[in-house]
Amino acid sequence: MIGLRNKNFIKKILSQMPLIILFISVLNNYDFNYLGLRYFSFNFSYILIFYYSLKKSESLGYNYIFIAGLINDVVIGTPIGLSSLMYLILCGAGAYLRNITLRPSLIKDCFFFLITLLIINSLLFIVSNFIFNYHLDYFDQITNIIYTFLFYFLLSNLFDFFENYFVGKNNVR
Amino acid sequence: METSRDDFVIAIRSAFLKKGTQQRFSLLSLIFFSLILLILGSLNFKAINYLKIGIKEIVYRSSFIVSGPENFIKDYYFVVQKHFNLYRENEKNKSELANLRSKDLLNEFMVLENQRLKDIVDDYLVKSDTIFAKVLSDKGSPFLKSIIVNKGSKHNISLGMLAMDGEYLVGKVVEVNYSSSRVLLLSDLNSKIPITIEPNGLLSILSGTGEEYGIIQYSKEYENIKGESIIYTSGVGGLFKAGIPIGRINTNNLSEEKKVEFFSDFSQLKFLKILSFKENEAE
Repeated sequence: MIGLRNKNFIKKILSQMPLIILFISVLNNYDFNYLGLRYFSFNFSYILIFYYSLKKSESLGYNYIFIAGLINDVVIGTPIGLSSLMYLILCGAGAYLRNITLRPSLIKDCFFFLITLLIINSLLFIVSNFIFNYHLDYFDQITNIIYTFLFYFLLSNLFDFFENYFVGKNNVR
Repeated sequence: METSRDDFVIAIRSAFLKKGTQQRFSLLSLIFFSLILLILGSLNFKAINYLKIGIKEIVYRSSFIVSGPENFIKDYYFVVQKHFNLYRENEKNKSELANLRSKDLLNEFMVLENQRLKDIVDDYLVKSDTIFAKVLSDKGSPFLKSIIVNKGSKHNISLGMLAMDGEYLVGKVVEVNYSSSRVLLLSDLNSKIPITIEPNGLLSILSGTGEEYGIIQYSKEYENIKGESIIYTSGVGGLFKAGIPIGRINTNNLSEEKKVEFFSDFSQLKFLKILSFKENEAE
């Protein structure tokens, strides 16, 4: 009986894992900057949010994503509400792609993700520069977009593996 | 044609208006809510400022706890890196030590002479009480070079105070909360500091680049700046005391951009001195 209860508890934790990882990633801001690599940065939260909005939307609720955005704004010091807006647009793009997709394909997902990244980063640049008068390095943003796009291939496979082998089969479309 | 447009509208409506299970708000309403927060934030609306302060107090502490494992890995990464560089650094330090020993003899005399001259021109500044602060969060994000420290308004920290790593300037306080503050590092793209370039004595502005180095801007005698020149604060504008060491020019090519290598390693900051300078009223 206890074993069964423990099993259920672990299953519950595993099903909430994307949400836990999202909050840890916004609080911790994984970027591996201490490695000192000049042209390397990627946005882990963007990948996580897009993947789960596309494949398993019930894992991350929109409300939690909104709160995660507020936390991210506080941690990195951007105007409050900006990251939430970017995250929610990413969710919208993921949900739209899910609705129009009949036969899922990683390549199509990736390129749709790239277009969404370009749109939200342009929006981020415009809002920061012209409304809040906060200057961002254009080249750093491009680097961030490229690496985030490239890492989507790797991380989406990793998330697929996690969902199939730890959470349960046939959960991911 | 009509059908494909209908499909598009249905897909968009479903994505933005449909609420999932156990969802209180649709995506569109949350997007509107974010926009309202942004607009009110840009207008400095009081309620938004209180919301910000509340979130910051909670998030900075949580971020410090959550960053624990990553900081542990980061510290070990630096320890391993230091071990690899130990031999080379030792050789370099030996030659530098010999050089410094010879210079040190002159130094004491110059400090005393400098203090006497400053007393004469009645421009001598005194330090406020130094507050030692621990670095809570060090997010070396490519977009923002700043750190969070564990001292705030309750410890008498105020906006514009200097943050120093030993004797080197690292940045200034740009945000003060009740028990924490944000220090904008000199390497941030938005950091601009009035400086003196020695030995020429040129006045200029040191601008952050968002990278590990700064650049010299707005100097008429740009070509006269030599490689290995030392950068100090100039004290112009009254924000900083003159003569706080910042870094060294790191270029030998005169036509190149004048890069400044900071004396302090911003990725290794653990504790900072927070202080300000004011004019000596006794004199």
